[in-house]
Amino acid sequence: MRLSHALFEKNVIILIVGILVTISIGGLVQLVPLFTMEQTIEKVEGVRPYSPLELAGRNIYVREGCYTCHSQMVRPFRDEAERYGHYSLAAESMYDHPFQWGSKRTGPDLARVGGKYSNDWHTAHLINPRSVVPESIMPPYGFLAHRELEFSDVAEHLKTLRAVGVPYTDEQIAQAKVDLAAQGDADSKEAAALQARYPKAVLGDFDGDPSRLTEMDAVVAYLQMLGTLVDFKDYRPEVDYR
Amino acid sequence: MSVAIAANEALRVPIEYDEATIKKFTIATVFWGVIGFLAGAFIAWQLAFPVLNLDLEWTTFGRLRPVHTSAVIFAFGGNALFATSLYVVQRTCRAPLFGGRGMGDFLFWGYQLFIVMAASGYVLGITQSKEYAEPEWYVDLWLTIVWVAYLVAFVGTIMRRREPHIYVANWFYLAFIVTIAMLHIGNNMALPVSLSGTKSYIVWAGVQDAMTQWWYGHNAVGFFLTAGFLGIMYYFIPKQAERPVYSYRLSIVHFWTLIFLYIWAGPHHLHYTALPDWAQTLGMIFSIMLWMPSWGGMINGIMTLSGAWDKLRTDPILRFLVVSVAFYGMSTFEGPMMSIKAVNSLSHFTDWTIGHVHSGALGWVAFVSFGAVYYLVPRLWKRERLYSLRLVTYHFWIATIGIVLYITAMWISGIMQGLMWRAYDQLGFLQYSFIETVEAMHPYYVIRAGGGTLFLLGSLIMVYNLWMTGKGRIRTEQAFERPIPVAVRAAE
Repeated sequence: MRLSHALFEKNVIILIVGILVTISIGGLVQLVPLFTMEQTIEKVEGVRPYSPLELAGRNIYVREGCYTCHSQMVRPFRDEAERYGHYSLAAESMYDHPFQWGSKRTGPDLARVGGKYSNDWHTAHLINPRSVVPESIMPPYGFLAHRELEFSDVAEHLKTLRAVGVPYTDEQIAQAKVDLAAQGDADSKEAAALQARYPKAVLGDFDGDPSRLTEMDAVVAYLQMLGTLVDFKDYRPEVDYR
Repeated sequence: MSVAIAANEALRVPIEYDEATIKKFTIATVFWGVIGFLAGAFIAWQLAFPVLNLDLEWTTFGRLRPVHTSAVIFAFGGNALFATSLYVVQRTCRAPLFGGRGMGDFLFWGYQLFIVMAASGYVLGITQSKEYAEPEWYVDLWLTIVWVAYLVAFVGTIMRRREPHIYVANWFYLAFIVTIAMLHIGNNMALPVSLSGTKSYIVWAGVQDAMTQWWYGHNAVGFFLTAGFLGIMYYFIPKQAERPVYSYRLSIVHFWTLIFLYIWAGPHHLHYTALPDWAQTLGMIFSIMLWMPSWGGMINGIMTLSGAWDKLRTDPILRFLVVSVAFYGMSTFEGPMMSIKAVNSLSHFTDWTIGHVHSGALGWVAFVSFGAVYYLVPRLWKRERLYSLRLVTYHFWIATIGIVLYITAMWISGIMQGLMWRAYDQLGFLQYSFIETVEAMHPYYVIRAGGGTLFLLGSLIMVYNLWMTGKGRIRTEQAFERPIPVAVRAAE
């Protein structure tokens, strides 16, 4: 019997099976190796899970849809290297659930914004972007400064992230609430313990209001750590070429 | 002999098509269309004049942008697909909707509930931040249930068909339903922090999450906004033009190649990122190949007018349908071009991408939907014809001018911003700070917002026209478009 297209046109189950096979191939070829090939993620030092306050800030970044205008992905071009810094590595977002690479730069890339501006600048900019950048078209986020950070279930968040593959330790989960408060206090007695659990974590009163921990504290803490974890002095790209 | 008589008898038994459900989906299409265009126009004006963010957390661009994208893709486009697919599958199978009125009601109200839960979540800041898949886990679960019911209703209707063959439009609808189910589940695998809370964490991370997202994201375009709407094209253009589909063979070839190649195209959203090079290259190559089956569909749609080209001057509904296919052809040429890495290095992250999306979304998806809605409403409400064909013509031209303003503004601003980012002065320094490139966008953002507002205005004209049609009114009017008298035609 000659194979005829009537086979598909006359039997809806065969048609569905044909469609399923046809649409599965591309996805399998592109997705499966990313999970199985070791070279997918570069072996670099320094990348660690987010501290509780940084994670809280990241969740607010997600909530506000910052990704609709800001990428976190520096491409390997001369102008991007000069404007933003070293191109982004896959390793730098290996604990990002979900990723925040973005797809549009209505505002600048933020992958390496950490440490480039002061906490005061960030707070003033978020409250009213045009007070520090007159031509800015960014929305104002003053409400972040007025609202206390609600993250009482932070340990649950860390546990959930551990379940999806982020290597939070039992200690990090047990100390989550302590770490959350400690990072927002420049003079915290827990500083050494926090930085042992989360190397390079920056402590501070991020929003200029030491009396309480606000959403602004969390967002600025997150922005200030972006792109700061990997030391590129030791990075040798030829080893990691994929 | 007796078999033939029996078949003829079967033909005479009137089939009780479920039209009440189609009517509801048609109304929802128009309603959400206006909401989606309004949201789009509003956020476009926000980019031109940031004071319109209103200094409220619920009205920032970041929260309203997903409202706009979901409203146009899933609410407007989704309802258009439900309305047309359920209409087409019943007619072309000559079978009533599987599951009856209960199924119809569940699909309609279930899908509207999904839309309302998703949109209200965005405004309140409940989002996964995965583009075009922003709804959180509980909304995703609900959509999965509705979608499975949709598949059951669609396939069940096909199984009860009284036609030997499954019509080509239904292949495309079926591929759309099946593939969206796969993509939706794959991309939204998430673990909720607590069953009583809204927040979840996606199970994929970093580079794998990026690839999964754009495997989903590009095929939301490929299957939701392309395969599904090709289903519309394959039914409504032949009906409105009263001509058969141009080529049966072409429809087979382009159907299978289109669905095979589209799935591979996702990585072109991740050129020059931390996605491994091999995946980027695969994405580019398959995106370029995708040009061919895309144009296969365009050729099949446009050439269906063979022998009926004159209808374009007299029938504004057909004009919507055919121009939509022309826009489809244009954006499916532009897309493969932008997927070439060298081009993408300039276009990516800029407004060029936004312009590209809108030539597809406004020109193709919305225009073919308008054509289908103009076709459906008089038939569903049993009216002799639309209230006014002149108003359809107004809608067509106002919307077309809006699109042209929109996409040309975005071409200019996108290419200009891409060039400004990489410009160096004589001393070898970057010539422009980032904010200077933002400032340069302003006039184009105003033009774009104006174009979007024109498009919105056109849709309001449609609402009025359909409303009057529904009321049973017919406007006495001389059509703008008059057929050329036979004598003159002969002289030509």
